[in-house]
Amino acid sequence: MSRAISYAEALREAIEQEMARDPLVILMGLGVDDCKGIYGTTLGLVKRFGPERVFDTPLAEDGMTGIAVGAALGGLRPVHVHIRMDFLMLAMNQIVNIAAKSRYMSGGAVSVPLVIRSIIGRSWGQGGQHSQGLYSFFMHVPGLKVFAPTTPYDAKGCLVQAIRDDNPVLFVEHRLLHHQKGPVPEGLYTAPFGKARILEAGSDVTLVGISYMAVECLRACAYLKQKGISAEVIDPVSLSPLDTDTLVQSVRKTGRLLVVDCGWMTCGAGAEIVARAVERLQGEREIRVQRMGFAPVTCPTTRSLEEHFYPTACTIASRAHGMVHEGRGDWLPSVEKPLEAVEFKGPF
Amino acid sequence: MQVKDPALLRRMYRSLFRIRRVEEEISVVYPSDRIQSPIHLSIGQEAVSVGVCEALEPGDAVFGTYRSHGYYLAKGGDLKGMVAELYGKAMGVAKGKAGSMHLIDLPHGVMAASAVVATTIPQAVGFAYACRQQRRKAVVVSFFGDGAVEEGAFHESVNFAALKQLPVLFVCENNLYAILSAQKSRQALDNLPERVRAYGMPAERVEGNDLFRIYDWTREAAERIRAGQGGPAFLECRTYRWRDHVGPGEDFHLGYRTRDEAQPWMDGDQVARVAALLNPEDRQRIEREVEAEVREAFAFAEESPFPDHEELYTDVFKEAGGGALG
Repeated sequence: MSRAISYAEALREAIEQEMARDPLVILMGLGVDDCKGIYGTTLGLVKRFGPERVFDTPLAEDGMTGIAVGAALGGLRPVHVHIRMDFLMLAMNQIVNIAAKSRYMSGGAVSVPLVIRSIIGRSWGQGGQHSQGLYSFFMHVPGLKVFAPTTPYDAKGCLVQAIRDDNPVLFVEHRLLHHQKGPVPEGLYTAPFGKARILEAGSDVTLVGISYMAVECLRACAYLKQKGISAEVIDPVSLSPLDTDTLVQSVRKTGRLLVVDCGWMTCGAGAEIVARAVERLQGEREIRVQRMGFAPVTCPTTRSLEEHFYPTACTIASRAHGMVHEGRGDWLPSVEKPLEAVEFKGPF
Repeated sequence: MQVKDPALLRRMYRSLFRIRRVEEEISVVYPSDRIQSPIHLSIGQEAVSVGVCEALEPGDAVFGTYRSHGYYLAKGGDLKGMVAELYGKAMGVAKGKAGSMHLIDLPHGVMAASAVVATTIPQAVGFAYACRQQRRKAVVVSFFGDGAVEEGAFHESVNFAALKQLPVLFVCENNLYAILSAQKSRQALDNLPERVRAYGMPAERVEGNDLFRIYDWTREAAERIRAGQGGPAFLECRTYRWRDHVGPGEDFHLGYRTRDEAQPWMDGDQVARVAALLNPEDRQRIEREVEAEVREAFAFAEESPFPDHEELYTDVFKEAGGGALG
């Protein structure tokens, strides 16, 4: 498995191979058939599969999501793409009130095999409405599954799994991950729901990084090594269902859990992960827990403020260092490693 | 007009009378609290459901609203399963998880019903897209009320249906009120067909809850679609709800509308209109059979058990997964 391709290329390959395998898969969304092809993730697909299976949509997130649900009820397997996760707020009614509940409210008579791809748009001052990681909204609702893979390998495996799943799946991508390269098999394979990935084994502290924050956690892990601290880095991959067992096993070993969210902390995915760890380990093992995430404000555009809005490898390492040393001796690594410094090596 | 076809008239009367009697029976049972879930009766509006559904084929599909009993029964939905569902029983069509507001019956093409206004309109359009893409000949009908045309989802749906020329008929049951709010307090102009034509599809209005005109329009529109000569079309059916928005009783005492306003609609009752066109023997036979069927359905619901508590946790996800590969 020596071939390395980008996360974006892995997504494109997953869709293309699934569309070739299953004629019921369709791809829809504003811009899926244009010359940019959603950051390259849908390029060339309209040429190969035709405009009936790959089509542009009106700017109608609510209606088009309902149309995707209806198409799913009619036997198709739609993949609906949103270039920003923020736009899903216009589709909440169909996702939460319809897609999530159709099976239950029909007593199991229908199912909604639907994939909703959306991209968290951090980069170049994207501001308050192009940067939000709102996946916790969907984790809250029974009947929805949520994938937020970090590695190119999981990007492909999870998207194939999402397309084959007979239920509505929110597939969350981070814009900064699209460029990341890593080993990806050429053939089809699936990554399971409810299975976290241990990106780095360690013994002193468990760092759980969601989506792109897993990359920052890997960098933090490298800083911490310089201070003799061994961090275990876990990528949940599947946010709903969550792999509580893998998380708890790690925290049982390290006794320290730092969850780094790609969203706000209040009622967030990190809060859920911490709660599960505490529920399972209380009375069995003394543990320390901390959360990091977006600053509790709207994301600003100016770089001078934006750089304080997000957790970084340095602030994560500093927080983890504080946990290990029980708050004694502040420490902040001085140099940020460039993005390219973290590569996904595999094998997975 | 099809009044000359006696078999069709008998079918229409059976369907109209059946809906009326089922709902009257629901309103009799309701105060006993054996149906512990909201019900929205379509008494007075049956002609829309029957006029449309009598013009459809068994393989056609309908999507509707929480005022569901009329089109559910008119399209062939299972009566026993429906009443048991209202009772919250295990033998209900959704094992007690749907109630009156989410009734569906897939084998009979009753595909969706929602308590959130306008939400099934795009579903109907998407279903029509799937039908065409898989070369299925079905006609898809979207039923909704006059409130739904104010929702963005309606406009998004008719735009896409017109853009793709999909095999879907939009049927607006305009009973003049959204809960207690009159249409004129919500919309500047009373010109729905005109508005919809601007999206690029034919659109008409039928006045007076006229069963036969509704039937004729639907049959012609459905035939155009089946012949591959037509895309979406829109029909506004003026009709009138005799009972409360929700619940079994009348609501004229509330003051938002008057019995005088309702009287012409009651005088033009389509159940009575069709009854008068039948010969008395046919009419009595149909009524006898429907009464027996209704009694049987309510007895079935009464006798059915409630679902086991384990049922709470089933049907959240379809577990098999894997599509064609399993």
